[in-house]
Amino acid sequence: MIPARAINVSRRYGDVLALDNLNLDVPAGQLVGLLGPNGAGKSTLVNLFTGVRQPSSGTVELFGGDPRDPVHRRGLGVTPQETGLPPSLRVGEVVDFVRAHYPDPLGRDEILGRFGLTDLVKRQTGGLSGGQKRRVAVALAFAGRPRIVFLDEPTTGLDVEARRALWDGVRAFHGDGGTVVLTSHYLEEIEALAERVVVIGGGRVLADDTVDAVRGLVAIRRVSLTSRVPLPDLPGVAGTERDGDRLHLMTADADRLVRDLVSHDVPFADLEVRPTSLEEAFLTITHEPVAA
Amino acid sequence: MSSLALTHARFQLIETIRIPISLIGSAFFPAASMLFFVVPFTGDDPVAATYATASMVTFAVMTTNLFQYGIGVAEDRAQPWDPFTRTLPAGPGPRFAGRILAGLVLMTISLIPVVIIAWLFTAATITASAFLAAIGATAVAAIPFTLMGLGIGYSLPSKAAIVVAQVLFFPLAFGGGLMTAPGSAPGFVENLAPYLPTGGTVRLMWAAVGDFPLDVSSLAALAGWTIALGAFAVWAYRRDEGRRFS
Repeated sequence: MIPARAINVSRRYGDVLALDNLNLDVPAGQLVGLLGPNGAGKSTLVNLFTGVRQPSSGTVELFGGDPRDPVHRRGLGVTPQETGLPPSLRVGEVVDFVRAHYPDPLGRDEILGRFGLTDLVKRQTGGLSGGQKRRVAVALAFAGRPRIVFLDEPTTGLDVEARRALWDGVRAFHGDGGTVVLTSHYLEEIEALAERVVVIGGGRVLADDTVDAVRGLVAIRRVSLTSRVPLPDLPGVAGTERDGDRLHLMTADADRLVRDLVSHDVPFADLEVRPTSLEEAFLTITHEPVAA
Repeated sequence: MSSLALTHARFQLIETIRIPISLIGSAFFPAASMLFFVVPFTGDDPVAATYATASMVTFAVMTTNLFQYGIGVAEDRAQPWDPFTRTLPAGPGPRFAGRILAGLVLMTISLIPVVIIAWLFTAATITASAFLAAIGATAVAAIPFTLMGLGIGYSLPSKAAIVVAQVLFFPLAFGGGLMTAPGSAPGFVENLAPYLPTGGTVRLMWAAVGDFPLDVSSLAALAGWTIALGAFAVWAYRRDEGRRFS
């Protein structure tokens, strides 16, 4: 049985189309990274899979059934994008509260130990640091011995060490056969963990491939230069942006573009080559105008 | 009662007890109303004071539940913890039951001063068996108002929930005959009251503490309200998707 599946799913919020006829299968045991800029529809998709929201049209399935039905969520663990633990409850109490919902949960000490939270068991969550809260929120996803976990930007706000510790926890779960859907806008995080990357933009699947293939796809460089003459048509330019007499060219092959500029005798100054942010790269892939 | 409902109730109570001022707040209003309205006006007449205390208890049951759930739930929904709990494998049942159970405990605490004031400062009298009956009636009375509060809380944002709860509670209190002694409300109120949830519950309460005759059609109306408000609460829960973005 496919743990998570979206078939022709659309979701709108008023006039905004957050998901646009999206299809996605997550087979058992896979570690899938959902990558995309803010507002791409990643969290909406996670909210549909975890039963928080309903699709406007199409079908979302969790273990073959409607995720809005609690029975189908027995094998589900979730770390939402926003943490928001009840501030007056202690860490151990929050873990117990979540465990009480599952038929065969992990032991409290085991969960806390696995995520390095044993020392915090008596602390009220309101008094924890942002990073500590985040670690608790991630630990809660694994409390019910799930078969699939959805981690929505799990390491936002964590320092490098905590991030790596958390990655180890996710790898261990995946190593035992668990299915993971991970959203992030850090390519590094997806590279470190995922086998398969699904790039989402504008509510659609833009790319669905291995990590290496997607890395190539989003490896867009931004070549900036000042020139008073119009540029000739150069090959390999995926997008151009003008800011006064400053030009920003998006290209997958910055070396070739610079050689072309020189060989065409384009008078330019202040040449700059920078890697683009993922967001710029995605927008270039979709041929939408890049925000300045 | 499932153990999950008890778990929900336990954590609800822990959260409340860790901020004790909220307990004092909910106990203050019914106690103050007793001191300002019941003690000076009906304090010397045993029958009137007993009925008035029963009315005040019903009034307190309605307001505490309407407000604690209507506003409490609407505020909870604005927090990210609430959508997270909806990803856990449980439907509205244990959650509602747990909230109701915790609400009953908190309500009981807030009613203790009312009973103590009635006992010390008024001529109100009650037998042990009538007192037990009144406790049962209080629990039954709490259910429709809890469900009404839950329905409001799950269907409206918190600012709207506050307004709706405030707009509802006065006509319900007056129309149900809570502000007047049994049988002495204006005629249209007397005709309407038995079929309002407030009128149904206060009649149950009066019957528990005194000689007030139980009316089957009023009880049937109360049962109908409870079922309808339960359906409203579940409907509101199901359609809720956390915060609205548009």
